[in-house]
Amino acid sequence: METIVFYGIALFIFITGILAVTARHIFRAAIWLLFALMGIAALYFWMDLNFVAAVQIIIYVGGIVVLIIFSIFLTQQSGQKMAQSSLLQYIFSIAAVVFGTAFIGSIIARFYFVESHVVMNTAVENIGAQLMSVQQYGYALPFELVSILLLAAMIGSIVIAMKQKTKIKNS
Amino acid sequence: MMQQITLQHILLLSTALFFIGVFGLLTRRNMIAILMSIELMLNSVNINFVAFNKYLYPEKLDGVFFFLFVITVAAAEAAVAIAIIIHLYRYNKQIDVSETEEMRY
Repeated sequence: METIVFYGIALFIFITGILAVTARHIFRAAIWLLFALMGIAALYFWMDLNFVAAVQIIIYVGGIVVLIIFSIFLTQQSGQKMAQSSLLQYIFSIAAVVFGTAFIGSIIARFYFVESHVVMNTAVENIGAQLMSVQQYGYALPFELVSILLLAAMIGSIVIAMKQKTKIKNS
Repeated sequence: MMQQITLQHILLLSTALFFIGVFGLLTRRNMIAILMSIELMLNSVNINFVAFNKYLYPEKLDGVFFFLFVITVAAAEAAVAIAIIIHLYRYNKQIDVSETEEMRY
């Protein structure tokens, strides 16, 4: 049963991912991306990592995809098809992708992983305690660093996207 | 009887997802579509982190923390990229990478 569910989720992610990078309308591509991210969240649920799956849904599906859809509204004439690359570019891209997938896939298939059979303790309490811990193996310093990074990115994106007082010269 | 799902199956899935993202990165010409492909690639990396944590080192939680940090950096990157795209759109009236060539060479 678990096996069938895994293959179902994998197929879903695969199909929606391919549609997200090949759809001709950018708005449809964004919606397919949303479904692919939901499928990845389902994969985390399948792995019994409920907190990780919840974070995936909240930040990716609720945050980043909504941001992308808003920026599509701001920068596109909706309903218009996107410009396509040349056929030669498509052929070389497909060749590169097939080669890369086969290469990495063959390495993974040959490698022998020693799996551990301890049951993982994924209680949120555990994750939070280690994330904020200042002891050895605690993650308090990276946590603070990443919060500063987020603040800098927020201020930076506001400054970049701000309307300038001086008239922009139009080319 | 079907075989048990192992780490290898999940790694193959994330490899496929990563190269789907690479395909989008190589063939798309719209900047927002390129950003979407990058999000797919980052997600496949996240799957790897979490799967390695779950199947190889279940007594630790480091993969989950790296998942959280990657997600945060991805959010910051998306915000800055979209700010740049919106500014570029105001300046150029289009966001096609092959026609944005003011700083070329």
